[in-house]
This record gives sequence, C-alpha cells and structure tokens, in this order.
Amino acid sequence: MTTGYSAIPRKEDARFIRGLGTYVDDISLPGMLHGAILRSPYAHAVIRSVDVAAALAHPMVEAVLTGEDLAAQGLAWMPTLSGDVQAVLATDKVRFQGQEVAFVVARDRYSARDALALIDVDYEPLPPVIDARTALAPGAPVIRDDLPGKQDNHIFDWAAGDERATAAAFDDADVTVSCDMVYPRSHPAPLETCGMVADVDAVSGKLTLWSTSQAPHAHRTMYATVTGLPEHKIRIVSPDLGGGFGNKVPIYPGYLCAVVAAMQTGRPVKWMEDRSENLMSGSFARDYHMHGEIAATRDGKILALRARVLADHGAFNATAQPTKFPAGFFHIFTGSYDLRAAHCQVTGVYTSKAPGGVAYSCSFRVTEAVYLVERLVDMLARELGADPAELRMRNLLQPEQFPYTAPTGWQYDSGDYPRALRLALEMAGYDGLRAEQAERRERGEYMGIGLSFFTEGVGAGPREHMDILGLGMADGADLRVHPTGKAVLAISVQTQGQGHETTFAQLVAHELGLSPDDVDVVHGDTDRTPFGLGTYGSRSTPVSGAAAVVAARRVRDKARLVAAAMLEVAADDLEWADGAWRVRGDPEQARTIPEIAMAAHSSLALPDGVEGHLDASVVYNPPNLTFPFGAYICVTDVDPGTGEVKVRRFIAVDDCGVRINPMIVEGQVHRGLADGIGVALMQSIVFDSIGNCLGGSFMDYLLPTAMECPSWELGATVTPSPHHPVGAKGIGESATVGSPPAVVNSVIDALAPFDVKHADMPLTPANVWRAIQGRPVRPDLAVE
Amino acid sequence: MTVNGTEYVREVEPRLLLIHFLRDELRLTGSHWGCDTSNCGVCVVWLDETPVKSCTVLAAMADGHRVMTVEGLSRGQRLDPVQQGFAACHGLQCGFCTPGMMLTARWLLNRNPHPTAAEIREAISGQVCRCTGYENIVRSVLWASEAERAQSEGAQSEGAQ
Amino acid sequence: MQVPAHCEYERAASVEHAIALLTRYGPEARILAGGHSLIPMMKLRLAQPEVLIDINGLTDLCYITVADRELRIGALARHAHLLDSQVAGQYFAILHDAERVIADPIVRNWGTIGGSLCQADPSEDLSAAFAAVKGTMVIAGPDGIRTVSAREFHTGPYETQVGPAELLTEIRLPVRPGGGSAYLKVARRAGDWPVGAAGAAVWLDGEMIIDVGIGLTAVGAAHFAAAEAEEYLIGEAATAERLARAGQIAAEHCRPVGDQRGPADYKRHLAGELTARALTLAVRRAGGLADRAGSPAA
Repeated sequence: MTTGYSAIPRKEDARFIRGLGTYVDDISLPGMLHGAILRSPYAHAVIRSVDVAAALAHPMVEAVLTGEDLAAQGLAWMPTLSGDVQAVLATDKVRFQGQEVAFVVARDRYSARDALALIDVDYEPLPPVIDARTALAPGAPVIRDDLPGKQDNHIFDWAAGDERATAAAFDDADVTVSCDMVYPRSHPAPLETCGMVADVDAVSGKLTLWSTSQAPHAHRTMYATVTGLPEHKIRIVSPDLGGGFGNKVPIYPGYLCAVVAAMQTGRPVKWMEDRSENLMSGSFARDYHMHGEIAATRDGKILALRARVLADHGAFNATAQPTKFPAGFFHIFTGSYDLRAAHCQVTGVYTSKAPGGVAYSCSFRVTEAVYLVERLVDMLARELGADPAELRMRNLLQPEQFPYTAPTGWQYDSGDYPRALRLALEMAGYDGLRAEQAERRERGEYMGIGLSFFTEGVGAGPREHMDILGLGMADGADLRVHPTGKAVLAISVQTQGQGHETTFAQLVAHELGLSPDDVDVVHGDTDRTPFGLGTYGSRSTPVSGAAAVVAARRVRDKARLVAAAMLEVAADDLEWADGAWRVRGDPEQARTIPEIAMAAHSSLALPDGVEGHLDASVVYNPPNLTFPFGAYICVTDVDPGTGEVKVRRFIAVDDCGVRINPMIVEGQVHRGLADGIGVALMQSIVFDSIGNCLGGSFMDYLLPTAMECPSWELGATVTPSPHHPVGAKGIGESATVGSPPAVVNSVIDALAPFDVKHADMPLTPANVWRAIQGRPVRPDLAVE
Repeated sequence: MTVNGTEYVREVEPRLLLIHFLRDELRLTGSHWGCDTSNCGVCVVWLDETPVKSCTVLAAMADGHRVMTVEGLSRGQRLDPVQQGFAACHGLQCGFCTPGMMLTARWLLNRNPHPTAAEIREAISGQVCRCTGYENIVRSVLWASEAERAQSEGAQSEGAQ
Repeated sequence: MQVPAHCEYERAASVEHAIALLTRYGPEARILAGGHSLIPMMKLRLAQPEVLIDINGLTDLCYITVADRELRIGALARHAHLLDSQVAGQYFAILHDAERVIADPIVRNWGTIGGSLCQADPSEDLSAAFAAVKGTMVIAGPDGIRTVSAREFHTGPYETQVGPAELLTEIRLPVRPGGGSAYLKVARRAGDWPVGAAGAAVWLDGEMIIDVGIGLTAVGAAHFAAAEAEEYLIGEAATAERLARAGQIAAEHCRPVGDQRGPADYKRHLAGELTARALTLAVRRAGGLADRAGSPAA
C-alpha cells in the first residue's frame, strides 16, 4: 500500500512541536567554551595596533585570537565561494563596518561579551566607498589593496545575449521604455542566526563541527583545503536549522575562528552570532542597480530587452553561485516572453560593506531578473495604454514552443504559461477588480492591481556547466533496504525546514510500494551521507530528489532480479503493479519489496552478476535546470495622504511540475509571498555616508508580521518537467522570486492617477508619499 | 522559580536573562532566541500565565514566580490541541518560532476560545515567522479552537446523559 | 544575542523602600518595572546601571480606576491592562487607539505605563496621548508627593521631571462631559515606532470647541503637544475647514528630523494630516461634525 504523492503530515513535526528540535545553540559539550567576535566600528580603516592584554587577563578568558595569530598559521585569509579571498580576522585594514577583528574565547557567553570591551584597537579611519555608483569613479578609495596590483574597485564585467541583434530590434521598435531601478540590499534573516560548535577529539584528532550549514559536504572539503586537516578527519553535522534561505551557505570567519580556537585550547568551542552580527556581516542579498529597456511594436509585441547592471558585492566577492556565472542566472531576465533578442551586461564592484549578494531565495539572481522584466512590462503597458494582463497574454511563450531556447541561452524545459495566467485572472476576478478600481478612483480612493509572471531556473545543475569552486553540482543518494523491508535513504542536501524527511520518504515510498513511515531519511551529517553541494537554489527536489528516485528505481530493478529468482521465472515475466513485482498474467504470484529484501539478504541463489542485499548508490547529474513558473496578482489599497499601503489580496498560481506533497508545496509558496511583502514594502539595509550600517537590528530591518500578510489564495497547474525522473521541478524560491514585482506593480498601478511611473523598493509610507510628490527618495542610501 | 510545575533553586547573576537561564541552566532548549531588540518573539514563554518575551526579562525578576515553556505544554504523552493543530495544519517548517507561537496560541484560546483569523493574526503580531507566511499558523490555531469546541460539546453531551 | 553588563539587583518592598534605595545608590541606580525599555538598552550596553531596583512587586501601583471625576492609572499598570480596561476606553478612546498600536501584544503584557512615560522616548505614543488629554503625573519622592502636568513632565529627549530619588506613581486624567478623543499613527509595519502620530481630545458644547488637546509624537513637537493649533481651535466651531487648518498649524510648528523612518518633509506632512484626521474623529466621537459635506476623510 502506498501513499505516494499526497499531503501527508510531516514526520519531522513530532520533535518540533514538543520543543525537542536540536539546533546548534542547543548543543552543550563538557568543558565547552564560548567565542565572541570583536568587530570593526569603521567601514574603512587602517589597523595600527590590536592590544588584547587586558582581555587575556580576564579571569574567565581562555584565549584571544587576532589577525596576526591567524596569519602565523596561514589562516588570516580564506577563499570565498567566488574565487576571491576574504579576511578571517583583519590584519592590515578593516573593509566594512562589522568586519571581524578579534576572537575571544571564554568560559561562558556573558564573559566572552564582557571581554570584547577589554580589547583595544587603534584604527586610523579612511574614506569609505558607500554609494556603488561612485565605486568606479576616478580617485575612489581602493578597498582591496590586499590584492596585488589592485588599483580600483572593479571585480568583473560579464555579458550575455546578442548585443547587435538587440540594438537592431530596438531600432525597429515603435515604442521603447527605459527605467532605472534598484533592487535594494536585503538580508535573508533566518530566525536562527549562524553558529558552530567545534570539537576536536584529543586522541584521534577528528574534528567534529556542529554547524548551521546548508552545504555540509562542500564546507568539509573547504575546511580541509583551507586548514590542511585531512578531510576524512572532519565531520560536519548540520542538525536542525532554524531557516537558511541562503544565509547559511557561506563559510563565515566565525566558523574558522571556532575551529582554530578548539584546536588551540583542546576544548569544544561554541560560537553563535547575535542578530546584529548576522545582519551586518552575514551574507546579504541583492543590491543590484539596474538600467532596463524594453522595445515593442505599437501593437504591443515585445521585441527585445536590454539591461545594464551595477552589482554591489561589498568588500569581498563572496557570492555563492556556479563559478562560470559571476552574475548568477541574471541573464534569464528575458523572462516568460517570446523575444527576438536580448542583451545584458553586469559590472561587479567592491564597496565598503559586508560581502555577499547571492542569498535569500534568489535562485542565483533570478529575483533581480524577474523584477526587472516584470516592472518593464508593466511600464510598457502604461506607455501603450494597454492592460497589463492582456499585454502579458499577448507575449507569453506558447506551450508548443517548449522546450524553448531563450535569447540568452537558457533551455526552458516545459510550460503552459497562458493556462496559468488565465487561472490567476479567474481566481482574482480580474475584470471585477478593474471595474472596482475605476469606481474607487472616482471617489478618490486608490487601489492597485499588480501582476507578475515569472519563469524560474532552478536545480543547479549540469556538472559540465555548473560547479562551485570546482566542485560539480551533482548530488548523491544512498538507499538501503533492511532485511525486514524498512529503508534508509541518505541524501546530500540538508533541510532547513522544507520537509525533506517527509518528501524524500514519499519519493522512495512511491517507487517501492512502501509507506513513507517505513523510509527514514538521513541528512546533514557528512559521516553518514553521500557528497553533494547542498540546499539552495531550490535544488533539493530537482537534483537530490531525482537522485533518490533513481536510487529507488535501481533498487526496484534489482529487486526484480531477486524476485525472479524467488519465483523461478524469467525477469521479463515480471511487471511492477500495485506495489509488487507480479508474474504477467498471474498477478497473485507476487513479491513485495519487504519480501524481496529478506530474500536478498538470505542464502537464496542469485543470478550471475547480481550481488546480495538491496541497496543502491547514485550520483545524479541533472541534464538541465528545471523551470517552474507562476502567475501572481496582488491587490493593494494605498492611502495617498499618508503613503500607507495595505495588501488586500494576493493570488498565486504556481506550476512546479509534479507536486510531491501539496501541503508542503503550498507552505513554501506562503513563505515566499510573505517575502514579497517584506521586500517590496519594508525590508532594506542602508548605509550612511560614512558607512554606518543602519539595518543592523530588527528595529530597522523590518520583517513582515501576520498583520501585513493577507490570507494567501493559491492555485496550481502541473506541467511536468520532461527530464526529471518524476517530473518535479522544485518550488522553494518561486514565490520569493515572483512576489515583489507583483506588489510593486500593484502600488505603482494604484498611483497611476498621480502620474507615478516608478518608485524603488521598499515602498514605505514615506517613499510612497514622496513618489506621489514627484520627489522619490533613493532608498539604498540613508536619509540624511 | 517554578518551571513547568517543578521548583528550582539556583544562584544567578542579576544580569542573567530568563531565556538563558531556561536554556543554559535548566537545559530547556525548546525556547529560543533570535534577535537583540525584543522584536522576533522566538523566546516567548509564560510568566505567571502571561506570555512574555523572555529575552527581555531577567531571571531574577522571575524569582518566586511561575514559568511555563513549550516543554510544559503537553501533559506527559498527551499533546495539547494547539500542538496537534500545528502538526495537522503544517503550521511549522523549521520549528524555530513554533514554541513561542504555540504558547501565545494557547494563551489566546484560554481567553478567547473562538478567535477570528484577524484576532489570531493580531495575537501573534509580535512574533516573526520566516517560513510559513503565517497562513498555516492561523489555520493551526483555528483547528485547535475547533477541536476544543468539539471536545467540550462532546463532554457536555456526555454529562447530559 | 547581546547581553547586559554586570549589575546589582534589589527588590523594592514598597514605594518608600524604592525611594530609599534610589537615595542610597544614587544616579547609577535605575528603576526596573516592565524592563522593556531598559533591558533592551542594557543588552546593547547603551545603558549600564550599577543597580537595578525591581518594583514589580509593588502591585499596589497596578490599577485603573475612576475616582473624584478622574481616571487614575497606577504607574505599574501594564499596557495590556490599559488596552483591556473598559472604563479607560469608555472615557478616553484615545488610550485604546494608542495602546492598540504600541509595540505588540506580548510586549504590552509586561511593559508598564509608567515605564514608557519615564523612558521619554521622543517617539513614545503614550506621551502624546497623555499630552492630548492633558493629564497630570503624580511623583513620589523623599519629601512626599508632587504633581506635574503631562506636558511639563517631559523636559527633553529621554528626560523627565522625575528626579534621581523619585518615582512616578500615578497618572490622572480629568473626566469631563462632551468629550471625544482619537489617536492615529503611521508606522512602517505593525508594532514599529511611529513615523508620525497624532492624538486629539476635544470637549464640545454644541458645535463649539470649549477645550482641545493635540498630542504629537515622533515629529519634534515641544512637550509632545501642538499648542498653537489648540489655541487656534478653542472657542470656535468645529468645522471641517478649521480642523484642517489646525492640522496645518500643527505641522508648521513641529520640528521633525529625517531618519530611517522617513525624511523631515514627510514627517511634517504627517503631523498635519494626522492632526486633522485625529481631530475629525475626536469631534465625531464627541457628537459633532454629523453629516457635514466636505469633511476630510477619516
């Protein structure tokens, strides 16, 4: 009996509802010490001296590490995921406010905090680079003078598409619209901050790290490379994680300091960052300054898109994306439309801010790309006097065009876009909403209807094209069926709440005719799971899920051979039906997986070449990304007297291919929709002119509460992925990608009578009011 | 301090925060901390039957008082309807905000057994969730409210018989 | 999470004991009530008092009653108590309007009225609300009891009339007939500090305004009040035009500072807009402005 793809309750909930989850800060080992980091108050400064004598003299302090101490071990700098280097503890200069300068280790966390105040650092402040638009100006302060010969703040230039064909299309066009828009710096802010407990076994020398890591195996390899410790003597355990959202992909200096401190003191060392550290130094997201252009005929046929982007990467280039794509998948900005041509060009720069950029469910910059194209399409609609839904419908890719090769090279696997849009419009009662909008405008009330149609690109990815620091983005699955028919699936991705313990059990159970309760999913422990690149970019279902299915099918195929031996028939005489291998024409002659498992472990004579037991080990190399898509509609009411925005309704139709657990899929969508409200209306990290980070706490980095979120209205279409073993595409980031443009489009739509063409996120009451006055603020810089 | 019905006597520094006392001293790690500015609410526990943010209360202030944490929500093996509701309605994903949410839900239902969705949203408006978008949390609380109504009607009709 | 520096801890057994402890320890001692202003500052080490004097045991200071035609609020009443208090809401809708948007329900369970007022944050909602209803603060000290008007109570950002060895014990609001009040706040998100907020309390005789109080917060209004706008309104009819003009006057006289919540010009605009709206709602609740065409939208 199988419960295959259905909304079964989650297996992992049993511990969480009892408060029995194990998060990193829950871990306490005998003799454990606590680490705390001293951070730079300056955004750019020379370090003249670091005096730790008073801190060392504190009775509860066991050790203090400085950049100099680490430099002596060759550990003051570490590689980033983008092939740059990042300071672990600063040696020559500090390059962003909040940068790590010293690491104190004390017997309790309160003393560690006290000891920070006893460290005396002599800084000589330097002018910082805050506004990314000034980073490449002649004479701009050079931030990365640690790089030999570096004379400027330039990181990379990257382009995709056909520049000439695009220019030609723009020449042909009747109408072009252009816009400068900023996707402001934000932060994933999982509720659990980042941290680690590092423990060295005194006898074996084995290093065990309990770590908030979304990619434990990749981290293990990196620690081995950086520290020189043998990789088989490093074990990383990601226990329960309180959210990740890309914030827990990088290796942070605090982790490395904890490792060094554990080795130096011979005792376990715990380091947990506090929230201000998380917001000020942990991987931020976005910060793209985009200039976008759209070209169309006067009938509303979109011909081409063009984009120039300035990417603010902070002081170190630590973006986490496949190596060959320094701007991630931004070139998917052609979106869901049938275009003749497109071209984009991205320039990355250093600034005096924390490193990062790729995080927060961006699918490697798809968030930025979708925002750009969906805003441009709405602006084009306004310019043409066309309805935004009709304009999209006219230009969406048609089902018969799939698999579709986009102008910038992406091969979209499958999609029925018009169907999804029609469903969303129907669910929203779109025509009624437009009628209501007209009515309200007569009465001086302003409501907005904003659409967003997005195509995602997830499930990185084919190893020929996609690696991170040379590690190919394939993933593994090990499946073992025990003699009594219970199964254990070890996977290489790591859940931070997405429900893998349930969905992966469902995948295997469905293939093998078992109950999901009979399949245990093991993850997060590098000693017990196969190698893989971890969880982010919605890749668990497309890559690791595929690996699990392939492993289950291999087990099932092998089971067929064993069953044939058990029944003394030829393997070809068996067919899989109703959860068992059955003799064709005589279905009562059958063997289930549990029965076969026992036989496979017994002394039953097996055919030549067939080994005993019932296991399979798979490494899955996806042939392509998968391309989930969706149609979102957001209804807002705006009070022009105060600028306040109220989100009245949000309709979301998602197509993520086959849905393994619809309840879990919907939960993932709900989250991303809340992200849209937060990102569009209130979240951003800004800096003042001397580099003070003004978004360093939840008092200013505002996250949406239940009051700002409406009751989400969800719909679904299912267009299976042709290349995924069960047709699933992944859903984790779709809503974070698709929702902000819907919210912004809605607000700008509400403000049409005030002739507001564009306003940058976050659309706080102040920003909305200023937009209405015709004096929009630049929300990435502080109000001064 | 009485925590989940058990009395504890400890010597603590005046500055020790209640959340750290519960987690580090009593090893009740079901309550969490998540910010520095009393905004996120993952630290919510009951202090004398009232939900408070335990990161903003000193352990010393709770001296002589009663505290309940998520570990005290269930009675032995029996889960509180709020816990059952969260599991039934997918009201949690990573589980980090869940203990605080459930304790606030329990308190709300004690005062207002049949809250509307709007009342639930307001009750949890001081607590952030990064995973669920709040929808299923609201449904979980409504589920618990309904389950308790059914239970009490069942008990009433039994009593009447 | 950030944690406080070392401190000592005492529990006050009575108001007199609290005052004695304050006297003994001097300016390095701080009163600890709900702690939801003080403890966050201690965690960030913006405040490092040497001694905390916990007054949560002074349950005698936790009440909301009506006596002698006054609503009397004990300083240790929690925000939640004020929001739940029927009698407070009955006489002063402004208090319920304000409490509903102060912080969040969990913080309101523990934060106290007295604590918030004594913290004297320039963006404190209650300060504006009490300024609007022209309350009186009762302060206990070594030399006995004294009273100060709500408007005089605040002397500057984070500064009040409460001396180093004194304790705020009660807030008194005169209950008069013909009154109506309201509070309106704009924030970036539920529970956030205001970008701007206005409270209004009016007392009508027919259509005429016989007394009015306008409280403003977060916009740099002196003593959290819009005195010039009040002066303009007293003794005249409560018409839509005059209420709108009062809003403009209030906006002209405040001194907002631009910050992450909003630029100064926006805050000034809010001061005017919200004053007009709060006045309109207050007048309506007092029984005025019935079915008048052209009144500004509430």
